[in-house]
Amino acid sequence: MIVVEKLSKSFNGTNVLTDISTQFEKGKTNLIIGQSGSGKTVLLKCILGLYGTDRGNIYFEERSLQNMDTKERSILRQEMGMVFQGSALFDSMTVEENIMFPMRMLTQKKQEEMVSRANEVINRVNLINANKKLPSEISGGMQKRVAIARAVVMNPKYLFCDEPNSGLDPKTSILIDNLIQEITKEYQITTVINTHDMNSVMEIGEKVLFLENGQKGWEGSNQEVFKTENQSVGNFIYSSNLFKKVREVYQKEN
Amino acid sequence: MLILQDIGAYFIMLSKIFKRFNRWSVMKELIIREIDSLIVGSIGIVSFISFFVGGVVAIQTALNLSNPFLPKNLIGFATRQSVILEFAPTFISVIMAGKVGSFITSSLGTMRVTEQIDALQVMGINTYNYLIFPKIVAMLFYPFVITISMFLGIFGGYIASIYGGFCSSADFIEGIQLEFIPYHVRYAFFKTGFFAFILATVPSFHGYFLKGGALEVGKASTTSFVWTSVLIIVTNYIITQLLLT
Repeated sequence: MIVVEKLSKSFNGTNVLTDISTQFEKGKTNLIIGQSGSGKTVLLKCILGLYGTDRGNIYFEERSLQNMDTKERSILRQEMGMVFQGSALFDSMTVEENIMFPMRMLTQKKQEEMVSRANEVINRVNLINANKKLPSEISGGMQKRVAIARAVVMNPKYLFCDEPNSGLDPKTSILIDNLIQEITKEYQITTVINTHDMNSVMEIGEKVLFLENGQKGWEGSNQEVFKTENQSVGNFIYSSNLFKKVREVYQKEN
Repeated sequence: MLILQDIGAYFIMLSKIFKRFNRWSVMKELIIREIDSLIVGSIGIVSFISFFVGGVVAIQTALNLSNPFLPKNLIGFATRQSVILEFAPTFISVIMAGKVGSFITSSLGTMRVTEQIDALQVMGINTYNYLIFPKIVAMLFYPFVITISMFLGIFGGYIASIYGGFCSSADFIEGIQLEFIPYHVRYAFFKTGFFAFILATVPSFHGYFLKGGALEVGKASTTSFVWTSVLIIVTNYIITQLLLT
């Protein structure tokens, strides 16, 4: 579980996050949603420790990120996996080398053990015949799968995904969402996903945190989204006609 | 104020490069790859430029020796002095600021823009050590490039002098042996060491701390070239003042 407590962050005097308090639960897909510029990525990077915070605390199973020394942070980072928006695969390495990279850098495993573990996660994310290919030789959807495989290869306790569906077609987006949710359940990971894809909210949003101008606007589950009377959430989620219809149907049925 | 911040950030970066070393088995491969791209990959262009500039120095010296009382061996002497003291270490380093410096800045800048550096950081890897240290080690072989440049510069002068009919082979060879001071070679390699460090670290700084997108990668490469060249020229002046006067 990750607990965020009264987190504030500013850049050059401009408040980007103000007093954010929430918790992300283990074994659940926790979504952070909000308009562009609402502070989603900054919140994610603060949790990852890539940005320092002005005030507040972040706890990983009661371990305060702010009070950790370099060694403790290093250990914590090994418990984290991250899927970046653009996949962030290393261009000069093959798919297999990309996935093996964290093990090569951070463990004492032998080459055969690393190859075996890499193939295990490659099979888990359904990547077929791609081991020896370079990232530039595979599709965007496959790159996302490689990024997920690399993120989970070290059996992380925490998985972070920054807009995992960006640039993907709707069908592939759903496949990636489902894959993340399956992995979350299977390995009992605390997963935090930063997205503005409403399909993801509906499909896998077990816990949804809505950010508005750097503040917590609303939080609940994807089921509660239909019932909420929060104007800002309504305006954001039901900005498209399709989702307005979905809500109407849901409200009629219930 | 911004320049002071940048200077501070540069020195903090330097200190972080030598902290928390990454696994040697991985670093070894990176160092070999960097030697290949930064050193071996530069030998062709350095050889080409050195040969022809050496030739031009010899021709221009010969054309300025209009007085028949001046000995022809001065052509070899002037070529040797120009190539060893300035052309090979300094002029080639400025060219390398364009070739190697831009390559380093754009490759690190692209890694920053595509979040590859963030990915390394999230894994708990010392990114300064992982990305910049192999470049510094690779540039330890830079004096080897300068040695080739010195040899080919003088050889280019020799060929131009002989085949241009400006002096005989014996005159040129006598000239390059005339009043040879070994200290000048030591001075040239001493400053080459400084230039190598500047060539590895200043472009890395500009690439590593890049903010923005693809357009900024291009801008950073240009800025990196300008600053690397400026630092090479200023360092050259200071070292020359200290060691040759």
